[in-house]
Amino acid sequence: MGSISEFFQHLMNGLTLGGIYALIALGYTMVYGILKFINFAHGDILMFGAYIGLFVFNFLRGDSPLGTWTFISFFIAMLISMIVTGALGVAIERIAYKPLRKASRLAPLLSAIGVSFILSNGAAWMWGTQSRKLEYPFDNAPFTVGGVVITPHQVMILIVSLIMMLALIIFVNNTRMGKAMRAVSLDQDTSRLMGINVNSVISLTFAIGSALAASGGMLIALDFKVYPSMGMMIGLKAFVAAVVGGIGNIGGAMLGGILLGLLETFGVAILGIPPAMKDTISFGILILVLLVKPEGLLGKAVREKV
Amino acid sequence: MKPLLNIEDISVNYGAIKALKNVSMSVNKGHIVSLIGANGAGKSTLLKAIVGLEPLIGGSITYGDITLATDNIRKSIRTENIAKLGISLVPEGRHVFTDMSVEENLDMGAFLVRDDALIKRKKEEMYDFFPILGERRRQKTRSLSGGEQQMMAIARALMSSPKLLLLDEPGLGLAPLIVQDIFEKIAYINKTENITVFLVEQNAKMALKASTEGYVMENGRIVLSGSSEKLLKSKEVQEAYLGA
Ligand SMILES: Nc1ncnc2c1ncn2[C@@H]1O[C@H](COP(=O)(O)OP(=O)(O)OP(=O)(O)O)[C@@H](O)[C@H]1O
Ligand SMILES: [Mg+2]
Repeated sequence: MGSISEFFQHLMNGLTLGGIYALIALGYTMVYGILKFINFAHGDILMFGAYIGLFVFNFLRGDSPLGTWTFISFFIAMLISMIVTGALGVAIERIAYKPLRKASRLAPLLSAIGVSFILSNGAAWMWGTQSRKLEYPFDNAPFTVGGVVITPHQVMILIVSLIMMLALIIFVNNTRMGKAMRAVSLDQDTSRLMGINVNSVISLTFAIGSALAASGGMLIALDFKVYPSMGMMIGLKAFVAAVVGGIGNIGGAMLGGILLGLLETFGVAILGIPPAMKDTISFGILILVLLVKPEGLLGKAVREKV
Repeated sequence: MKPLLNIEDISVNYGAIKALKNVSMSVNKGHIVSLIGANGAGKSTLLKAIVGLEPLIGGSITYGDITLATDNIRKSIRTENIAKLGISLVPEGRHVFTDMSVEENLDMGAFLVRDDALIKRKKEEMYDFFPILGERRRQKTRSLSGGEQQMMAIARALMSSPKLLLLDEPGLGLAPLIVQDIFEKIAYINKTENITVFLVEQNAKMALKASTEGYVMENGRIVLSGSSEKLLKSKEVQEAYLGA
């Protein structure tokens, strides 16, 4: 294998990992942008989404062999999982965070940690702690393009995460509610003066963030199975990605996610960091960014004109 | 004739601080009414009370036949429903959406206008009225100058075609020429669009010259009121606010 194709191999692996990080990081950053609070239950919401996706997929697929129906049912399952998980995110906000909006900044954070435990313990209680396999909805035999080994799963991750990110970018920049969401994240009282219902916008934010997490959860479950604590490490990494990119900044979450995926992959492959130490790469980068540019790569140091 | 905005005996507290103490005043339809007072007098608090950003502990505010606020928060109109009634506030310090372009700020001002053609027309109107905004329409408002941001905030407030425009110190921190320009524009809007204006200012001279009636606030109380012409000439106002 030549070094060029080796480079592209790592690039491919890094981009797919990064695409998933980005999908999940968006939920952290969007919620932070509006409520200035870290939803520590986001990783568990992702896990929940993976379970819903798994159940719906298995139900729809039944005994069907690989083929068109199996493939389609995977995406129907993803859609349903996104809707249900989005609703779960909205419900969590209404029940566990909204009543604490005027409390100290620590209160919703603690509540989020509580929700995180309730979701992961609840999943273990309802569905058991054993990990379940989410089957590939296609033959995942890798193919080779110019010396680069690519799996259909990787292609799906790239396509799905790209579509979701593009859709989100179009939504926040070109739609009335998307712009309202940005306005609310900039100035809540002034947004209310424009007639924007801040509560609806917050609900919408949780719905979108949780739905994106559900899709990310399903994509990652194909490789790493579904189990109650599956959201912990990936959730934490995505959080790091959001902070590295500039928490509160949507483009930053995308950039941070992809960057983290690439750095983890290239770190292991080129710098020879032992795979067991892979997770430390993210946190090393986090510390570095916090030291050099605490507001994150695309974050703005807040300064208002008076 | 019944006033468009009627404020009756309202009081507002911030914890132990009594910011407004039994304030009464009214704004007639089609008029420009000014409220002047020094730093910390309670002027912004009064505007916030009108739009539901600060709760009353007593008194009431009515807008035509609608009760905007009473000491019962459940019976008061929530801030997000104020714009629907035709009331726009240009807040102190402008509060433009800094990370959004001029055009997007105008879109937000028209959030409740569900007619794209009308929004487009209103935007063009604003660009005609404030040419500098037209030139900067794609620029983030963070990079606008203070005066441009003030025009941005006023244009945004006008996008919903309000009946009542509340302005909180539109001249704050701006060069005299720009203040004059802004005040002329306010008078023009009032005349041509028949928009009632309630103008809060520290710049007593400018405000009283621009308005028909005026109120003077000190320490949360109205201490003087009357026709602006009379107030301008009164000894109290001249000594306290015009440095005579
Ligand atoms: N959020 C708040 N919490 C506590 N006190 C407040 C708050 N907002 C205003 N105050 C106090 O209430 C009083 C009235 O303030 P307000 O902002 O209404 O004054 P103002 O007349 O608008 O002054 P300025 O001309 O400086 O804007 C002041 O003593 C101020 O310190
Ligand atoms: Mg003020």
